[in-house]
Amino acid sequence: GDDDENPYVAKLVELFEDDSELHSKKRARVQWFIRFCEVPASKRHLLGREPAAQEIFWYDYPACNSNISAETIIDHVQVVALGPDEVIPVDVRNEETLFVKLSWNEKTFRPLSPELFAEFDRPQESSPRCQKPVGAKTKGLGSPSSTTAEHAIKRIESRHSTSKFRQTPSHLVTPKAKKRLELGGFPRTPSTRISQQNSGTLLDSPRRSKRKVAFSEITSPTKRSQPDGLHTSSPALKALQKTGEIQSSCAADDKKASPNCHRILRTRVPALKTTEISEERRLTPTRGGTSSAVPSVVLKPDSIKKREAEEPEAPEEPTSTPHRIRRKSSVLTLNRIRQQLRFLGNSKSDQEEEEFLPAAEISDSGSEEEETPTPTLSRRTSSQVSKDPCSSMKSSLQTPSKTPKKTPKPGTPRHAPPQTRSRNQAAQEPASMLEEARLRLHVSAVPESLPCREQEFQNIYNFVESKLLDRTGGCMYISGVPGTGKTATVHEVIRCLQQAAQANDLPPFQYIEVNGMKLTEPHQVYVQILQKLTGQKATANHAAELLAKRFLTRKSSQESTVLLVDELDLLWTQKQDVLYNLFDWPAHREARLVVLTIANTMDLPERIMMNRVSSRLGLTRMSFQPYTHSQLQQILTCRLKHVKAFEDDAIQLVARKVAALSGDARRCLDICRRATEICEFSCQKPDSPGLVTVTHLLQAVDEMFSSSYITAIKNSSVLEQSFLRAILAEFRRSGLEEATFQQVYTQHVALCRMEGLPYPTMSETMAVCSHLGSCRLLLVEPSRNDLLLRVRLNVSQDDVLYAL
Amino acid sequence: MSSRKSKSNNLIHAEYLSQVQGILRERFCHQSPHSNLFGVQVQYKHLIELLKRTAIHGESNSVLIIGPRGSGKTTLINHALKELMEVEEVSENVLQVHLNGLLQINDKIALKEITRQLNLENVVGDKVFGSFAENLSFLLEALKKGDRSSSCPVIFILDEFDLFAHHKNQTLLYNLFDISQSAQTPLAVIGLTCRLDILELLEKRVKSRFSHRQIHLMNSFGFPQYLKIFKEQLSLPAEFPDKIFTERWNENVQGLTEDRSVREVLQKHFNLNKNLRSLHMLLMLALNRVTTSHPFMTAADLMEANQLCSMDSKANIVHGLSVLEICLIIAMKHLNDIYEEEPFNFQMVYNEFQKFVQRKAHSVYNFEKPVVMKAFEHLQQLELIRPVERTSVNTQREYQLMKLLLDNTQIMNALQKYPNCPTDVRQWATSSLSWL
Repeated sequence: GDDDENPYVAKLVELFEDDSELHSKKRARVQWFIRFCEVPASKRHLLGREPAAQEIFWYDYPACNSNISAETIIDHVQVVALGPDEVIPVDVRNEETLFVKLSWNEKTFRPLSPELFAEFDRPQESSPRCQKPVGAKTKGLGSPSSTTAEHAIKRIESRHSTSKFRQTPSHLVTPKAKKRLELGGFPRTPSTRISQQNSGTLLDSPRRSKRKVAFSEITSPTKRSQPDGLHTSSPALKALQKTGEIQSSCAADDKKASPNCHRILRTRVPALKTTEISEERRLTPTRGGTSSAVPSVVLKPDSIKKREAEEPEAPEEPTSTPHRIRRKSSVLTLNRIRQQLRFLGNSKSDQEEEEFLPAAEISDSGSEEEETPTPTLSRRTSSQVSKDPCSSMKSSLQTPSKTPKKTPKPGTPRHAPPQTRSRNQAAQEPASMLEEARLRLHVSAVPESLPCREQEFQNIYNFVESKLLDRTGGCMYISGVPGTGKTATVHEVIRCLQQAAQANDLPPFQYIEVNGMKLTEPHQVYVQILQKLTGQKATANHAAELLAKRFLTRKSSQESTVLLVDELDLLWTQKQDVLYNLFDWPAHREARLVVLTIANTMDLPERIMMNRVSSRLGLTRMSFQPYTHSQLQQILTCRLKHVKAFEDDAIQLVARKVAALSGDARRCLDICRRATEICEFSCQKPDSPGLVTVTHLLQAVDEMFSSSYITAIKNSSVLEQSFLRAILAEFRRSGLEEATFQQVYTQHVALCRMEGLPYPTMSETMAVCSHLGSCRLLLVEPSRNDLLLRVRLNVSQDDVLYAL
Repeated sequence: MSSRKSKSNNLIHAEYLSQVQGILRERFCHQSPHSNLFGVQVQYKHLIELLKRTAIHGESNSVLIIGPRGSGKTTLINHALKELMEVEEVSENVLQVHLNGLLQINDKIALKEITRQLNLENVVGDKVFGSFAENLSFLLEALKKGDRSSSCPVIFILDEFDLFAHHKNQTLLYNLFDISQSAQTPLAVIGLTCRLDILELLEKRVKSRFSHRQIHLMNSFGFPQYLKIFKEQLSLPAEFPDKIFTERWNENVQGLTEDRSVREVLQKHFNLNKNLRSLHMLLMLALNRVTTSHPFMTAADLMEANQLCSMDSKANIVHGLSVLEICLIIAMKHLNDIYEEEPFNFQMVYNEFQKFVQRKAHSVYNFEKPVVMKAFEHLQQLELIRPVERTSVNTQREYQLMKLLLDNTQIMNALQKYPNCPTDVRQWATSSLSWL
């Protein structure tokens, strides 16, 4: 929030990390809640009563950006859903508990709909599922915890009767562990410090609360006001029966939980669903309810100590790379968990043996890591889709917010050259929404991430990484039509790999890039490679020899080389020796050469390469499909994050248009950029930036794609038009699509006589003809042929008729 | 006394007139950025905004200006560059590279030219050293080093853009567009072309990198505007030294625009060709007739000029032919009529000519065959006839197949104006059967 006292409240719907980029941006999708003080004063009377101090409202307004950066999450609060007729509890001990009672959609207050109500609990259904699809148990667990006692019992029963129970605590632990990790990564602001502490306490709460479930249910059915299944254990007797078992299983649970949680930690943040956190939220009321109980007091010092332990480590994290952070942080968390377990052990003194388990885990966690990225990503995408309707709906509703609330715009573009500093400040003003949008839409703008290419990224990454780790070589062929992000993806991969290499997680490698289009002739590729590899200059032949010597003879300390060959088809020669060499070198073990090749056509190896070349290229192929309209839309929204310059419909329109034409992302961006200009041009008032609407975009699309032949014909001179008519007449007469100039001239003279135009001389008509020919409305032979030159239309006859 | 006065008057006039001609010729012949633009305000605005964004914000752009010949593409870009250079913060910080597809016929030459105009390090004096490959990598390296904020924007103007598309692999275009689409030195690539199908010439990877901005110049004005342009082009500016003369001149021009015959001439010209260059041509011819004795342009001058413009060049050549050559052409015309445009050879023409001479001609001397052959060859040199393609060189000259490059109407018209044409020849021309 803009004021410190009243931060905005939101429910985390999803927390994930864009790991494909340099600075790991943790993104979170949220459902905003609104405080009473944020409701416009004119609407306040609609509530019709005094709001309670801790009351918030479900903010049911789709235009609000639901996608925020995780750095901006400063605190945890508990949100408790209240039925419309329930009273807000007065004795709120926990300052952080807020109550939702009504939803607010900018116009009216309404009671929370049952679906929303259920939503507070529903996430727990999906959370186990995203880790392991355990159908029946999940249901038992996730049954919307209504206030009936049976449910509570059933839940407890199902939990402890099945092995599910073992998993549950682990799920509960991980989100918080991760959460704390992320927050620990930003220890500079005081608010995050607080949250660290908070999360520190929260970290323990689930497990604790688990145990407390038992405790509280035995001891005090205190707070029954919350419609939470946990507390509705009115038949305390039954609960009592179970407690013994629960407690006994607790110890065992924790043991098994730890390996579990390590595994999950390795799969890490991208897959992190905050549904799990909301599960915690559901559980925390217990803690709030029993906050006077001993355990939470015990935990306080724990978390403080833990924070201290973290602090020296924390500064390292932001600097490390997204991929490596995974490994490092998993180790970190392991440590922390160990610490925590130790503390637990101190307080409970029954869990000493657990310390060994994580320690054992550390050793093999490293080796397993490489496999993890792929599953996590895919799981993330799949679970994103399969998530509850609320989140999937929200993702489609994502709009660049008009108020990018407390978001410190990541990577705000530096403006313009230094010599024009004054000018840029002016440009920052009102119209800057469009200006900024344009900047972000420029093809050259390096996007924060490459949306819609996660799968390809992973494949290439895995390929290169495995080759580097194995210290072998290999080839990969990447194809796809222009503008589908081939080169960008490979660059991204290389960047990530280089960061990994810097972090000593990978053997160091040398990266060389050559582009077939940037060579004057294929053999120059040797010169370029050699120069980039060693800095030597040599002629093409000599360079080829040197390279062959380098790659084919064994040198022990030689580091691997990654070679990117863009526009491969241009390296084709008659003998194909260049291609042959490029694919032959990696086959030698000493070369340690990984060759990534990019070209447009999918069947290039079959079409132009000899067998011995294409066989060396191997079968590691990947093809980039043209973007679909939804992907293009995602790309645009991703680029336009926080910049409200486009109408949603407009973005959708351009995405669909381009997807139908080519699926070229560059086109898409160019159209949008042009549309911003048109928009700026059309609304002259400087104080109203205005959104780019569908009309603007249509205009831009028209400008770029509409054929100009018809306008050209319409605007041509009278004689030119009648010459075209004469051609049509001649075509009709002869039945052919071609005529000599002489024939057309006769027709032309006749036409002119009919229309009362002065008699056109041959020279004039010839001038007209060549004029039309130079515009390529006509296809004409060189004018040397004079009267006999053959004339053909370059436009369809219907078009000409329409234009005339 | 009065004669002396008029003489001095004449002298003053002569001085003024030479000034007038100087001003107007400058206006007609140079695509000077000082003259006004007609009917392209929207396009101009688009272009200038784009250039400014490149120059000031460092945003790379690419655009094609498409329009038929003479539609003012170069004038437009010159105007825009002039205005851009007047902006204070820009003038120091922008580099321009002008290339022309007719001059830089391949990428090697173009690269050298770019390097020279950018004045990069490998330029010594006015020469560029190094091989093609070295130049390319050098230039690319140089352009790659820059970034948006710090390096000087470069404006590339590629005249006759379509010819660059014919270079091998379109390397130059690919690289220019690629730089303009990546975070390197800010570039504005402006292509001028008259081909409407220019985008189809680009290879698809080049096309994808081009931003698809197109500015079309279409001459989309009507006749009233054409008249206005005519007036504006002829009028003298207010800065002209002699006010009275300027006033009289401009009055005369105003009178001309209202004159019916002048309007007719202009209408005819407008019908033929809408572009301003042809109008300039016409006015230039008319202006050349202005002398001290004839200080103001008249409608007659314009009509004369128009006649010069619309003259049929081949008919003029026919006027200068000898009677024998005319006879041969008529013979060919008859052959064309008889054999329906089938090619003929010398022998056929000679036979036809013989028939005419023997049966009908009174005034035409029966030339010997070599003489007729010589005349025939002269016609071929004048390209009034030309050999049919695919004829082998081995065939004897007499039997080489030929085609006539004159239309019947052209021949008839030319004959009518032909000085001292014998009547029998004229009769023969009207009907191939007249000798019967």
